[in-house]
Amino acid sequence: MHELGIVFYIIRDVKKVAEEHKVEHVSTVVMNIGEVSTIIPDYLTDCWRWAADKEDLLRGCELKVNTVPAVTYCEDCGKEFPTVQHGKICPHCGSEHTYLLRGNEVEIKEIQV
Amino acid sequence: MDQVKVIEIKKSVFEDNDKDANNLRKELKDRGVFLLNLMSSPGSGKTTTLISTLNLLKDKLKIAVMEADIDSDVDAVKIKEATGIQTIQLHTGGMCHLDAEMTRQGLDNVSLEGTDLVILENVGNLVCPAEFDTGSCKNAMILSVPEGHDKPLKYPLMFSICDVVIVNKIDVLPYFDFDLEKCKEYVRMRNPKAQVIPICAKTGEGVDVFANWLLEQVKNWKQQ
Ligand SMILES: Nc1nc2c(ncn2[C@@H]2O[C@H](COP(=O)(O)OP(=O)(O)OP(=O)(O)O)[C@@H](O)[C@H]2O)c(=O)[nH]1
Ligand SMILES: [Mg+2]
Ligand SMILES: [Zn+2]
Repeated sequence: MHELGIVFYIIRDVKKVAEEHKVEHVSTVVMNIGEVSTIIPDYLTDCWRWAADKEDLLRGCELKVNTVPAVTYCEDCGKEFPTVQHGKICPHCGSEHTYLLRGNEVEIKEIQV
Repeated sequence: MDQVKVIEIKKSVFEDNDKDANNLRKELKDRGVFLLNLMSSPGSGKTTTLISTLNLLKDKLKIAVMEADIDSDVDAVKIKEATGIQTIQLHTGGMCHLDAEMTRQGLDNVSLEGTDLVILENVGNLVCPAEFDTGSCKNAMILSVPEGHDKPLKYPLMFSICDVVIVNKIDVLPYFDFDLEKCKEYVRMRNPKAQVIPICAKTGEGVDVFANWLLEQVKNWKQQ
């Protein structure tokens, strides 16, 4: 259900861009989806298929998902580490003073027409 | 075959909504209307908490309520009957959250003239509403005792955007292994600024603390 909502936003944005560029049909939409963005790529592409085929502009259009690995930064030792494996605690020095550098994105990278 | 042309977009899906939300907040500021976004899992007690809170505040403030539901108006009717306060029903048409545009459409149906406080009961869900800024001035969420004290660890985004976390149904604490101190600690880990208020919406215990918090927020919003 969550993914379907996201799909409607993607469609709205793609429509806007297509209008600006006077494009009649989009063949591929490429997304950057962060590993910890709460979006499940398979659900997203399933919802996409259902919703996109209702639009002339997007009929048969493929949704490609690039996964962006999540990386957390440690403020105490200045090192970076993979978020999914270690969570909020720095594996180098044990500090909890960390923040997410990337891996949260739900971004439309590009469209192919 | 036609040649493929690539158009770079590089734009967050949430960007437009964030803009709409900021605009809405600015307008509310100009009109002196405070909008609270109330979120929780289904059945945590949003409607019951609202009824207790509204009955404490309705003589002090002019209030309106917007009930967001996927497809019914049970809650709106309940609130109207129990408090007499202007309540409108928003249908999200199957969507799992409200965004700023839907919130604005809802507000268009509220008579805002002289209104101090609008409370939005969001769709019962701990994931999606956290990602879509509604344009509210503050966010509150309800965690009920049967859900367990580890929810802040499981839904970090929701807890990180809330200004206040209400712990509801404390009357059933003896029957669950819910640890209030642990819960406070986990909330603090996600969001050191969030205030935790334990209540029992059914009996009204602790609801005055939340009502006073809200009263304070409305006052600050109008003054700043
Ligand atoms: N024991 C106990 N039950 C409560 C309390 N507050 C609410 N309930 C019960 O919990 C159930 C759900 O309460 P609601 O207020 O409808 O919850 P809600 O979050 O508005 O639910 P949705 O709108 O469906 O997501 C009802 O049966 C309430 O009577 C409380 O403090 N203690
Ligand atoms: Mg309700
Ligand atoms: Zn470190």
